[in-house]
Amino acid sequence: MSDKTMDMLFNSGVLTGEREGALLPPRELWEKKKGGVVVIECPQRIPCNPCHTSCPTGAILPFEDINNTPNVNWEKCTGCTLCVSACPGLACFVIDLTFSEENALYKLPYEMLPLPSKGQKIQCLDREGKCVGEGTVENVTQPRKDRTHVVHVSAPKSLVTIFRAIRVVK
Amino acid sequence: MKQTATEVLVIGGGAAGLSAAAEAASAGAKVLVVESDLRLGGQLIKQTHKFFGSKDEYAGTRGFKIADILLNEIDSFKDSVSILQNTTVTGYYIEDDTFTAMRGEEEVFQIKSQKTIIATGAQERLIPFPNNDLPGVYGAGAVQTLMNVYGVLPGKRVLMIGAGNIGLIVSYQLMQAGVEVAAIVEAGPRIGGYWVHAAKIRRLGVPILLRHSIKKALGEDVVTGAVITGLNEKFEHVGPEEEIECDLICIAVGLSPTTELLSQAGCKMMYVPQLCGNVAQRDRTMRTSNPGFYTAGDASGIEEASAAMVEGRIAGLSAAASLGYPTEHGKIDEYWGRLESLRMGEAGARICQGIECVLVKGWEGASHE
Repeated sequence: MSDKTMDMLFNSGVLTGEREGALLPPRELWEKKKGGVVVIECPQRIPCNPCHTSCPTGAILPFEDINNTPNVNWEKCTGCTLCVSACPGLACFVIDLTFSEENALYKLPYEMLPLPSKGQKIQCLDREGKCVGEGTVENVTQPRKDRTHVVHVSAPKSLVTIFRAIRVVK
Repeated sequence: MKQTATEVLVIGGGAAGLSAAAEAASAGAKVLVVESDLRLGGQLIKQTHKFFGSKDEYAGTRGFKIADILLNEIDSFKDSVSILQNTTVTGYYIEDDTFTAMRGEEEVFQIKSQKTIIATGAQERLIPFPNNDLPGVYGAGAVQTLMNVYGVLPGKRVLMIGAGNIGLIVSYQLMQAGVEVAAIVEAGPRIGGYWVHAAKIRRLGVPILLRHSIKKALGEDVVTGAVITGLNEKFEHVGPEEEIECDLICIAVGLSPTTELLSQAGCKMMYVPQLCGNVAQRDRTMRTSNPGFYTAGDASGIEEASAAMVEGRIAGLSAAASLGYPTEHGKIDEYWGRLESLRMGEAGARICQGIECVLVKGWEGASHE
């Protein structure tokens, strides 16, 4: 992809490459962390900090300036998903690479209907909404009881850098 | 004609007006809030998404819940705050220092106030294109009102014009309501709204076409589609035409401050592109060149609701202080600190440029408050 195409894509809301505010956790730590760690995709400076204020372990570091992009201490992250449901931009995801040999557990924010149920097969979507695979719903939670659900999906580990949303086929 | 009087008149019961009313009442002032709509809350009651900002601006809370929080706060001052809904302030007559107002379709009366806070919000802009008078062409505000206030779906498949925060948020809400978003066209080279709002829609497969716009709406009696094309640097239609099938065209190309009453009050006005139109010059207390008039929220420049609420607090506090009610020392500086921090991001830089143009150090002859 040319730089210009990459820029156009990013300027329309699709993450291209790693950026400040959208860094992946260090792989070695990530592979060992039971419960998973947070992956944040928040590359623009906007006045917002609920990811930090909702974090019970201090993994999402305090904001010196509320407009800064988030910084994470992944050592401290337990994958609890409180930030996943608190983030107004739905930009926090938890990915647990210890789920099984082939599959990771993806914990993704979901505010659409219908709500999927445990055991249901769903489509795994990439950042442009393309179906890139199939996953199985392992759990559906509502961490803050505010109607933002977190859907836990087991899906191949190979999707770890691209799978960011689900489509429930009616 | 019937006349009613108040110490502080707040025109507009949205994010800024409610915050202003609560603040003025908490200082001890008698407040009258006049709202043209059937219910209070302004744009907040249509916002189903969670707000950005910090805890002070209720970040992470959905907009309509924030309206509830403000209404509860107002309710705690119910001895000093009166509210008139379904009432439009139709004019200000400077020679009599009197407002005229209309409640419903029949009742006309006058209002006298010692201090007035203009929190009238904004109006939607529209863009001209052939057939834009067909049923099915809506402003984004109307779509939100139908959908989120009255529970009415405006269509089945929508073309959204504009990728500012409103275009992005309303697209997302339409999807939540089961409406298919065919595409979002944006005339600029990048989305105007928050990147994360765009990302969550893109992930669900909605194309956002940059440097694109609508050329015409299609349909005989109602909208059945739209023709879109690319735009060049001069925003002229170029390249191949593409036909989009849709029964709803939603226009979200920006807002203009609603400032007629400020003009009628002789407030010094200024055209400031960064604040999206004609706005009143003001000092740090949000007072305009007319000592009886304050401005806050979108009426003072288009910005996020979080900033509107803080501006409302400043205006309410200042209006009460100017009537001699004791207010906490340093509170205005604290509120300005919040505004400054909200304005330190990418979008805020533009707002700050605009504020710099309209902010005056003080008004001649005014005592320092």
